Amino acid sequence: MKVLLLMYQDERAMQRLPREEYGKLHGAFVAYVDALKQAGALLGNHGLRPTAEAQTVRKWVVLDGPFAETKEQLAGYFLLDVPDMAAALDWAKRHPTAAYGSVEVRPVWT
Amino acid sequence: MDVSETADAVARASYGKLVAFLAARTRDVAAAEDALAEAFAAALAEWPARGIPRTPEAWLLTVARRKLIDAARRRQTGEEAAPTLALLTEELVDAAEGDMQIPDERLRLMFACAHPAIDEGVRAPLILQTVLGFDAATIASAFMVAPAAMSQRLVRAKSRIRQAGIPFRVPERDELAERLDAVLEAIYAVFAEGWTDPAGTQPRTRHLAEEGIWLGRLVASLLPEEPEALGLLALMLHAEARRDARRGADGEFVPLAAQEPARWNAALIDEAEELLLRASRMGRHGRFQLEAAVQSAHAARRHRGSTDWAAIVQLYDALFAMTGSVVVAINRAVALAEVHGVKRALAALDALQDDARLAQYQPYWAARAALLARSGNSAAAADAYQRAIGLESDPAVRAFLQRAYLTCTT
Amino acid sequence: MQYLLLVYANENAVLNAPKETVTQVIGAYQAYTEAMKKAGAWVASNRLRPTSEATTVRNQNGKKSVLNGPFAETKEQLGGFYLIEAPDLDAALSWAARCPGAAHGSIEVRPIWTM
Repeated sequence: MKVLLLMYQDERAMQRLPREEYGKLHGAFVAYVDALKQAGALLGNHGLRPTAEAQTVRKWVVLDGPFAETKEQLAGYFLLDVPDMAAALDWAKRHPTAAYGSVEVRPVWT
Repeated sequence: MDVSETADAVARASYGKLVAFLAARTRDVAAAEDALAEAFAAALAEWPARGIPRTPEAWLLTVARRKLIDAARRRQTGEEAAPTLALLTEELVDAAEGDMQIPDERLRLMFACAHPAIDEGVRAPLILQTVLGFDAATIASAFMVAPAAMSQRLVRAKSRIRQAGIPFRVPERDELAERLDAVLEAIYAVFAEGWTDPAGTQPRTRHLAEEGIWLGRLVASLLPEEPEALGLLALMLHAEARRDARRGADGEFVPLAAQEPARWNAALIDEAEELLLRASRMGRHGRFQLEAAVQSAHAARRHRGSTDWAAIVQLYDALFAMTGSVVVAINRAVALAEVHGVKRALAALDALQDDARLAQYQPYWAARAALLARSGNSAAAADAYQRAIGLESDPAVRAFLQRAYLTCTT
Repeated sequence: MQYLLLVYANENAVLNAPKETVTQVIGAYQAYTEAMKKAGAWVASNRLRPTSEATTVRNQNGKKSVLNGPFAETKEQLGGFYLIEAPDLDAALSWAARCPGAAHGSIEVRPIWTM
């Protein structure tokens, strides 16, 4: 089954992260992506530019900003192919963002 | 009348005139807008206590000019400031009398906004902001652009007017036709955005058609000897005349061929026809007169009972020769079908298919689908309807296309 | 340039819509996706199961917990996404406007972060 992992984190806090911390995090991401690829579970992933560069079209009105103002903002996604929800949750818990943000797991509608 | 009502009324009637007058002397549109905004704020603060002045326009102008001078003094020193300050202070003496008639510089302002040095995509937004006082967010929504991006583009365009020394001037004879075309194009862009929403269901576009016509009337009144200005106004009035007929009782889309002439606004059509006649007597043809003539031919159905498609094809031939526009080519193909048959019309559309832009142009696919359906090629028609549906953002038009699609697949 | 279009709609309204509306909307989305593909703008897209089937891994006082439900309770919920290729933001917004979801919901447009 396909699932979408949505990563939420405090953008501002992330932008203020000291270099060393950022380096560690980047390393963790690389390792995570590798693990996914090894397991044949990764279908795609992307980081998103900050919400300051977001636009929302709401009933045809174009507004600057994301869909909702939240304490943590959507920073990226992972699209995975996994045997079941338990496996999906395992991957979600292991996601580097889960340590300091939130990871939402959404099954894809087939 | 209370203070805020008066201020509102003056704003609606005179905003553009005041901005134009202030900007024309310094070429600094942004500074003029700021100064005027401060003047309006001052009015709302002082008029309740001091009473509404006899000539509110002149009052606002005087205050705005003082603010401009103050700002100029703060920004510049010495020789740079001298010309600006001199210009402004001279006129302050006149304005103090309060009897001054404020000349209408809006035409000059529009020519500056549509100057060749100004990016084509920002001309219509600039005119909406400087002449009609629209804010950037409203304009952004109107043209489906990000608000912050629109703000930036407007700021840059005004800066360009100031720094490049773009003149506030009605161009000379030899340049006028071409430069006027740019102004008319910008006005038409405003109108066209609003025309896509005939039922006024979207707040972002509800009033744009009205504003476009207002601007068209302004230009036609200021340049009554320019046939293209009359042509544009005629074109917009013809389109506007059919507004009520374009949606049915349940809000469903009604194409032109299915519209009842009784639902068209006869007064607007009559006005458009009179303008077109006046324009044609001047003997200088142009694209807006031709477009208006096409609309006139469609409107004639109200008296004739049928459409003179042969005349329409000829008009599109002339239009295409003049503009080479792919939009014109598509409309021409549709008219061609009525005169020379569906096969020739489809051949005319086929000739366009290498144009990459068509991959995202709904009217091409809608026209193609309708012609294929008529030619009996249901499968191809269904595919084309699908493309059209996928590219259409208006739910009413989408529903119409979906019904047509179903007809091809059953 | 790549952009992520996030389609938000009121799930309840969608799930309780009459059959003809559902058929029409599905048809509209199919046409939209096809048009995107033929125009060379489509990269990926997926519809998501309702938020009642969502799970969120959250941090509470330094502890990771797994909770039922989406990241945030909102009036409109994320129902799907499109990953598109477009020359600029204006073009991306054009596609957002054409999305059948734009009429009644919200489409968030996010530029992809390229390293």
